[in-house]
Amino acid sequence: MTITYREALREALREALTEDERVFLMGEDVGAYGGCFGVSLGLLEEFGPERIRDTPLSESAFVGAGIGAALGGMRPIVEIMTVNFSLLALDQIINNAATLRHMSGGQLGVPLVIRMTTGAGRQLAAQHSHSLEGWYAHIPGLRIIAPATIEDARGMLWTALEDPDPVLLFEHGSLYNVPGELAADAAAVDIDRAAIRRAGGDVTLVGYGGTLRTALTAADELAADGVEAEVVDLRTLRPLDEDTVLDSVRRTHRLVIVDEGWRTGSLSAEIAARAAEAALYELDAPIERVCTAEVPIPYAKQLEDAALPQAADVVAAARRAVG
Amino acid sequence: MWWPRPGGRWGDVADFLMPSLGADMDEGTILEWLVKPGDVVHRGDVVAVVDTSKAAVDVECFTDGTVEKILLPVGEKVPVGTPLAIIGDGAPEPPQAVTKPEPATKPQPLASPPVRTFAKQAGVDLAAVHGTGRGGAITRADVEQVLAPRARRPEPAGVRVSPYAKRLAGELGVDLATLPGPVLHARDVHAAARQPVQAQRPQAERPQAEQSMRQTIAALMSRSKREIPHYYLSITIDLQTALEWLHEYNRGVGVQDRVVPTALLIKATALAAAKVPALNGHWVGGAFRPGDGVRLGLAVSLRGGGLLVPTLADPGALALNEVMRTLSDVVARARTGRLRSSELAPATLTVTNLGDLGAESVQGVIYPPQVALVGFGAISKRPWAVGDLLGVRPLVTATLAADHRASDGAIGARFLDALDKLLQRPEGLR
Amino acid sequence: MTTTPLTTERARAAVHEALLGIVPDAELDIVDPGENLREALELDSIDFLAFVRRLAELTGRTIDEDDYSRLSTLDSCIEFLTTAR
Repeated sequence: MTITYREALREALREALTEDERVFLMGEDVGAYGGCFGVSLGLLEEFGPERIRDTPLSESAFVGAGIGAALGGMRPIVEIMTVNFSLLALDQIINNAATLRHMSGGQLGVPLVIRMTTGAGRQLAAQHSHSLEGWYAHIPGLRIIAPATIEDARGMLWTALEDPDPVLLFEHGSLYNVPGELAADAAAVDIDRAAIRRAGGDVTLVGYGGTLRTALTAADELAADGVEAEVVDLRTLRPLDEDTVLDSVRRTHRLVIVDEGWRTGSLSAEIAARAAEAALYELDAPIERVCTAEVPIPYAKQLEDAALPQAADVVAAARRAVG
Repeated sequence: MWWPRPGGRWGDVADFLMPSLGADMDEGTILEWLVKPGDVVHRGDVVAVVDTSKAAVDVECFTDGTVEKILLPVGEKVPVGTPLAIIGDGAPEPPQAVTKPEPATKPQPLASPPVRTFAKQAGVDLAAVHGTGRGGAITRADVEQVLAPRARRPEPAGVRVSPYAKRLAGELGVDLATLPGPVLHARDVHAAARQPVQAQRPQAERPQAEQSMRQTIAALMSRSKREIPHYYLSITIDLQTALEWLHEYNRGVGVQDRVVPTALLIKATALAAAKVPALNGHWVGGAFRPGDGVRLGLAVSLRGGGLLVPTLADPGALALNEVMRTLSDVVARARTGRLRSSELAPATLTVTNLGDLGAESVQGVIYPPQVALVGFGAISKRPWAVGDLLGVRPLVTATLAADHRASDGAIGARFLDALDKLLQRPEGLR
Repeated sequence: MTTTPLTTERARAAVHEALLGIVPDAELDIVDPGENLREALELDSIDFLAFVRRLAELTGRTIDEDDYSRLSTLDSCIEFLTTAR
């Protein structure tokens, strides 16, 4: 069946709410309004206000409440409107959710899933468009996942809820309306491994979330020139599935990383460093990175486009690498 | 009609450079000049003898023209790539030095300020430097590349090698110092490794050369068995007709023009390869590239051990006595270390003839990137069905090792059949 | 045409010279005079033909293909060259 990324996320929520009574969803406008991006539309009517809870506009408060509920045995799903707003809850996420298992000697776990929108491309300007998942991927105690496909949007939530520790699930804002095929029996998927979305022997393109589409588009263009790109979807940003990426590099000997984060101190920097640490003698060309320009995301359409990694930039980087 | 040619000179001019005569050569010494200024030379003429530290190699010219100037005297050792002579089209020198092009009419070459400073200090004109950086920008390495031959440094400077290429060079036994920069990738190393096994007759006082040849063979043959899915076919060919014909042929000529059966086999192989082109060429980048004509590699074993594979240019097109002459000449020179540069050109198909040493048949290892290897065993008298009777005939077992990526068994069988048919009509091989 | 047979010494010298022209570092003194030359010195058919050519040049003797079997060892070469046709 053909459904959108948004509908796949909603199906995942519905399944979780149906299958496990400890699961509830809370966040700003997730109930009556159906979620700022419409993901939870209809769930209030279906599951009632006890389990689909609108919260006050205080990220710190409702993330904190979610951590408390998780400590108390519930399986809360907290929605934060965008990653930019999650900064108001950094103390709760990093000082509490990520640390309690370690500080309690394993006695206290925080089985919490926080969903949030990330990324640019919709003219929402600098305070709603940043890609800060790379920051969170820096933090031990958190698992960071980024579904880029319909199948992952449908299947990652359940696996995340099974994790005894906090999981942050990043939904790229440009993907909600993207349609795709989903098998009728689609079910939970792993959240451990990166996936090869396209096989090729000439150059490895690494992307995740919103940049997977950019990488795949670039791969199509490169194929027209006879350059076969292998496209790796990271899927899980922490812990990184280094093996899948480096195995691909061992086949192609060239690496291009596409990251909507800024280059400096980014996830792309981490991947490049790991390739240099573990696969330097496989590299036949300098590692290329295609990242967002080091500016707050602009509002104006053409400036926003110019700031973001585009398929043409990826094609150019791959051509430089292939030589 | 006369037009001034672009490029600032009145005529076409080519530098004749110290050639790289194999992966392990980084410098060479001119032993002898066979031309002098004013001589007209043609592509393929032997113009100089170069000592590669292992052997003297006759070096051929790659252009037609007139020797304008000898730049390097006999006896001087210089790195590969150093200009040795200037070969022009014979036009006279311009009456006076042509002034540099007006800066205003020439686009400024892209180069960063530090590179400009470096070039200025080194006295290099950036307009003459080929940029290899992003957008054609000139890098420091590009400038150093220009400086390297000028300064006649013992080793090329400023060559950047990708880590993977460096690793491969170690695995394949390729000496990176012999490859042209400024940036070396894996494909450059692969290309160098594909060059014919260039090493000369090992001698007791040169154990290094022997070891280097061993390593080159080891790397190539390992690569062949690692990458190439070989299939093997064989055929037993009755040589009675061919040998009787050859005996008659030899009776009619002096001992100097006598032909050995190997020459017949080589000519037949070249003709069969032309008939079945799917076995004649290279497997490159995941696809078969048919050879432009048949260039037959001939595996020549050296008495001290080791192997050289000189290339014969299209023996199928030569008369049999020419094939024989070429064969004797090349084998003798291979064994005395005087191969010519053109005989080190990549072959499209290789023949090995172990039969002379008594082996009955050979299941060969293909020489990458070629896609087939033809082997001949010993010619020996054996029982053979002739009509309904048993006869004793001189037989040879011809084998084919072929790359299953490039061809299938039916193609290989067609080749062996063509070979048999050619040898049954020896007068056609004259 | 008849050819004067050579003395044993001249025949031996010619055989040695012809062989050294093909295999310059051959140690002929340690080759068994009855051993097959092509095997002992690893002569292929091209080498052997070159040997025959040199021997013919050095001795003025006509050597037919049918004579090749008489040139298999050092001793048989000398015997061939010292025997009148």
